[in-house]
Amino acid sequence: MSTASYPAPSPAVSPAPANDGSVHPVARHPHDATAPDVVRALREDGTLDPKNDPGLRTEEVLSLYRAMVRTRLLDERLVILQRQGRIGFHIGSLGEEATILGSAFAMRQNDWIFPCYREFSAALWRGMPLQRYIDNMFGNANDPVKGRQMPDHYTWKKGRFGSVSSPIGTQITQAVGFAWGAKVKREDTAVLVYFGEGATSSNEFHNGMNFAGVFKTPVVFMCRNNGWAISVPTERQTASENFAVKGEAYGIPGVRVDGNDLFAVVKVTRDAVARAARGEGPTIIEALTYRLSGHSTSDDPKVYRPEAGLDPWRRLDPIPRVRQYLERTAGWSEAQDKQIEAEIDAELKAAVVEAEKTAQPSLESMFEDVYAEMPWHLREQRDELLRGTRAKGHGQH
Amino acid sequence: MPQMNMVQAINDALRFEMRRDDRVVVLGEDVGKVGGVFRVTQGLFDEFGDDRVIDTPLSEGGIIGTAIGMALYGLVPVPEIQFSDFIFPAYDQIVSELAKYRYRSGGEYPAKLVIRTPVGGGIRGGHYHSQSPEAQFIHVAGLKVVCPSNPADAKGLLLSSIRDPDPVLFFEPKRIYRAAKGDVPDGDYMVPLGKASVVRQGNHVTLVTWGAMLYEALDAANQAAAQGIECEVIDLRTLWPLDIDTIIASVKKTGRVVVVHEAPKSCGLGGEIVALVNEKAFLHLEAPPRRVTGFDTPFPYTLEMEYLPLSHRILPAIIETARY
Ligand SMILES: Cc1ncc(C[n+]2csc(CCOP(=O)(O)OP(=O)(O)O)c2C)c(N)n1
Repeated sequence: MSTASYPAPSPAVSPAPANDGSVHPVARHPHDATAPDVVRALREDGTLDPKNDPGLRTEEVLSLYRAMVRTRLLDERLVILQRQGRIGFHIGSLGEEATILGSAFAMRQNDWIFPCYREFSAALWRGMPLQRYIDNMFGNANDPVKGRQMPDHYTWKKGRFGSVSSPIGTQITQAVGFAWGAKVKREDTAVLVYFGEGATSSNEFHNGMNFAGVFKTPVVFMCRNNGWAISVPTERQTASENFAVKGEAYGIPGVRVDGNDLFAVVKVTRDAVARAARGEGPTIIEALTYRLSGHSTSDDPKVYRPEAGLDPWRRLDPIPRVRQYLERTAGWSEAQDKQIEAEIDAELKAAVVEAEKTAQPSLESMFEDVYAEMPWHLREQRDELLRGTRAKGHGQH
Repeated sequence: MPQMNMVQAINDALRFEMRRDDRVVVLGEDVGKVGGVFRVTQGLFDEFGDDRVIDTPLSEGGIIGTAIGMALYGLVPVPEIQFSDFIFPAYDQIVSELAKYRYRSGGEYPAKLVIRTPVGGGIRGGHYHSQSPEAQFIHVAGLKVVCPSNPADAKGLLLSSIRDPDPVLFFEPKRIYRAAKGDVPDGDYMVPLGKASVVRQGNHVTLVTWGAMLYEALDAANQAAAQGIECEVIDLRTLWPLDIDTIIASVKKTGRVVVVHEAPKSCGLGGEIVALVNEKAFLHLEAPPRRVTGFDTPFPYTLEMEYLPLSHRILPAIIETARY
């Protein structure tokens, strides 16, 4: 495993697979994002390539920028709360904000999103109140999933946003089936499904791609290639040239996009949705991005990943890139940054205070929703628990 | 004898066996450079290299299926499933293939490997990082199922498992990975499979348990002793095949039995143990056998300490059984 050596900039054409039995790098170098097959819109000087310009209005860019900053600040705050032992866990999206928000933004109102686990910003974009998300982090009585799942395993059906599962890849076939349902009912609904590049090794990725290809379901596969599946680098995940190319085997067009370029992500996702809406079936998008943080708060990336490897990606940070665009087009200023940061900070603090003073889910609630109606054995077990003494530490988060 | 925790003891067993037998290979997600998300395989990558400590693509079905193939070739694979909750993508390979190989091939292909995987709750993991699926494997003919409760047993049982001719599921109770400490014999050290240990002697009630719940059972037994009830506490160590002789001998002495496990109650191993006690020692029973277990709900996050059968739930069951 060659995690220590950060590969040299790849040539404009993707390298032929190495034949010496060694693992070859797969699309993880930032310069790969400049390869000719990778869609980019935002140029280095902050101007847009007219060929790939999705034509966003200034207010749209401004709200996306604000959402990206809010996502970043949330990530940072949640890590601190975890370190303080106030929440149990957080799995963030540091560095992947453009991939997630750009694609969520590009979906139409009727479309649905099937999440992996890093996409809280997509749930918030779809209208999940920040308070509900923070309640989930604390697993309290107002948590949309009633304190039953770990932090970052939320759901937001009102916003046509699915339910987060831990096991990798399971949402992929489900998204395909959901989209298939829309097709059967002749409804104009597409589904965006997120997963990491590690998930492309899972059983469900292959099942999902195969069914989607055969039945031409209106689904957009969004593979966030963030370089790592916990400690395992992309080149240990596949010997394919990249992840988009996997579509070929299933009869699905694959597109690679600079995942740190908000505009390009919007463009390719919109194109994929349009294709789905025309009845032409699925698209797989590989967004080249990078996990700037650890895998989650349980992970220490220093053990397997050299810090220096982050530098090129820090230079490609999606947030300053949008900011530069806004400076140029809308005269965005530092003072405005300060102002939105202060607003977000206040909003966040208030949500945490509120979540911390909200009670735990009730004991009875543990037995609810296992079935639509509670069978005798669960009633019996519930009553036995209620009659008994409480566990030590009950009543804390 | 060095003091170790469970993580260190399992690591010590793997290292010892990999040095002794170069057919032994470790494979799984994150087992290499990072040494496993719980650091159980830490240092093995540096010592044995990536031919023998293999970070695999993210596919449990792939891990177990290829491990079966390696075993058929003559290697001794010790695959790791990062959390036992994630074993189900490999369920078909384990249940339909691994468990059946010897039988279906008339003994020609005795596929054997040891699947190591952390199990159980109490670590704020919610239901995808806390389940206890042992019964789902015990129900499958052809598998052995092990669950140690302390570092010395962990080492000794793992070495026995690796050398055993049958496939073994080795469940590591992660709640006590670092909390359970103790002396661990140096070098080669085996604890036989299929032998329970009686960790506390007593004449009034038999407590049968394993893994992390052993400590809760002992805690409850000590509290019961203060009320004059002496429990005999049995740590199963190997869950299947069961050491039924030790259980029956104890029940014949006490006439009372309480089984404690984290897994949901219905169709759990506790139910099987109670059935066996009824079949083999019915006339010795002075009270109905009891089970203190997790509930028949998915494992919850916030209320996990209420879900687990901790000592405050075990103690009343002991008292009621003793006074029946
Ligand atoms: C079936 C299954 N196996 C293992 C895990 C443990 N696990 C959680 S996240 C993860 C890595 C996922 O990597 P990737 O799909 O690339 O997504 P990323 O985290 O990079 O966004 C692993 C191995 C799991 N959740 N589910």
